[in-house]
Amino acid sequence: MSELHDAILEGDAKAAVVAAEQALQAGADPLDLVQSHMVPAMDEVGRRFECEEYFVPELLLAARAMKGALALIRPRLAAGGAEPSARVVIGTVKGDLHDIGKNIVASMLEGGGFEVIDLGADVPPEKFVAAVKEKSADLVCLSALLTVTMLSMKTTIEALRAAGVREQVKVLVGGAPVTQHFADQIGADGYGENAAAAVRLARRLVAAA
Amino acid sequence: MRLEEWIRNGPVLADGAWGTELQRRGLEPGACPDQWNLIRSEAVAEVARSYVKAGSRVILTNTFRANAIALTGYGLGAEAAAMNRAGAAISREAAAGHVLVAGSIGPTGKMLLLGETTEQEALRAFAQQAQALAEGGVDALLVETMSDLAEAKLALAAARQTGLPVIVSFVFDSGKEKDRTMMGVTPEQAAREIVEAGADAVGANCGLGIAGYVPICRRLRQATPLPVWIKPNAGLPELVGGELVYRTTPAEFAAFVPALVEAGATFIGGCCGTTPDFIRAASQALAAISSKAGA
Repeated sequence: MSELHDAILEGDAKAAVVAAEQALQAGADPLDLVQSHMVPAMDEVGRRFECEEYFVPELLLAARAMKGALALIRPRLAAGGAEPSARVVIGTVKGDLHDIGKNIVASMLEGGGFEVIDLGADVPPEKFVAAVKEKSADLVCLSALLTVTMLSMKTTIEALRAAGVREQVKVLVGGAPVTQHFADQIGADGYGENAAAAVRLARRLVAAA
Repeated sequence: MRLEEWIRNGPVLADGAWGTELQRRGLEPGACPDQWNLIRSEAVAEVARSYVKAGSRVILTNTFRANAIALTGYGLGAEAAAMNRAGAAISREAAAGHVLVAGSIGPTGKMLLLGETTEQEALRAFAQQAQALAEGGVDALLVETMSDLAEAKLALAAARQTGLPVIVSFVFDSGKEKDRTMMGVTPEQAAREIVEAGADAVGANCGLGIAGYVPICRRLRQATPLPVWIKPNAGLPELVGGELVYRTTPAEFAAFVPALVEAGATFIGGCCGTTPDFIRAASQALAAISSKAGA
């Protein structure tokens, strides 16, 4: 089963799917596969990213391998009655069409075991509000690349407050021009400097909730 | 003209930011700045002229996003060629033969590695843009704000087909030392691979404030004998009374110009948040250096 761990760590999607298949056939517990092998592999990917042994390409390949193996295992998890993980609504804020950073964070969150509802790019505040209500999300992740659209993060948080759902979610912000200082100023719950930090922060906020 | 001739008399001053300048003239946040080449060309021309007046000897074109892939996000994909031709014409007119015009080519905004776009599709979009800029009469092409070497090479290959000199500039804003692109590329690797692929100059732009650019400039200089293009931001913006403000002042920016020249910069300008005032201040700093050298 360390094959599954290593395949994810090395970003080999094909090998990850094969290893997951073999493990399931050999009678491995699907939940144990995820918790003891796959999530730790993604944690190691995040650690290597933060140590600068890995960069975005390695991150994306690992997330893709994780996703491939998860697709195979998820139906068995559901059949076994496993708890769904925390739910994240993610999107690039209104006016910002740049979605590379958001896509990386979404992949890493998925790889980290979160259920990700991706609203896409240029998402108006009311769409975030509606998604939070409909999906009863635990977390909202807002992304902006442009300095000129950063203020849409503020309006989105205000819209969540006006709709009375601000207290039921944690709001994370990130993107090239965003800083911790800015996150504090607009009343976000956290700022992730990169995708690995975002996943770590998301876990911490969910655990504290 | 070959790039070497541009820099024969020492470092050359480029321009500052366009997007923030267009916003001051009414461009809505999130709207497509490049479209103004077609619908508000006088405002774009004003920005171009303001940089010529401030002392820029190379100005860019307002075409950073004007590739068919990036424009599709705005629903404007079909207007790519027209926007580039118009952008080139506006800058050329402002340059009036006295300063040079480099056609700006930015990233597609899509990740090749994730299959969001294909090499073929990207190459086609870059080739169309480069061709339209060349038809519009630019003197060189600038592939800028790149983080993926593969994408930069596709843009370079497309730009080289025009026969114009091509500068390729990366954004180094990642890693602990902020000396990698988002995709993990170092200045050395960028310089080596992009020179091998036939670029005429290599550079760094956007991302950080100017202080971080001195070591990056030095590393690019050490990695290649070619001209080095440097265009830092005016720092990162902060929220002040509900508005975003760039804290770096023109004087603070210009104070780094001697260090950049020392580190080997051959072209110096500004990226996001810089204005004609920054270019004027940088122009004075460059003049002070050359008068000292001449004395």
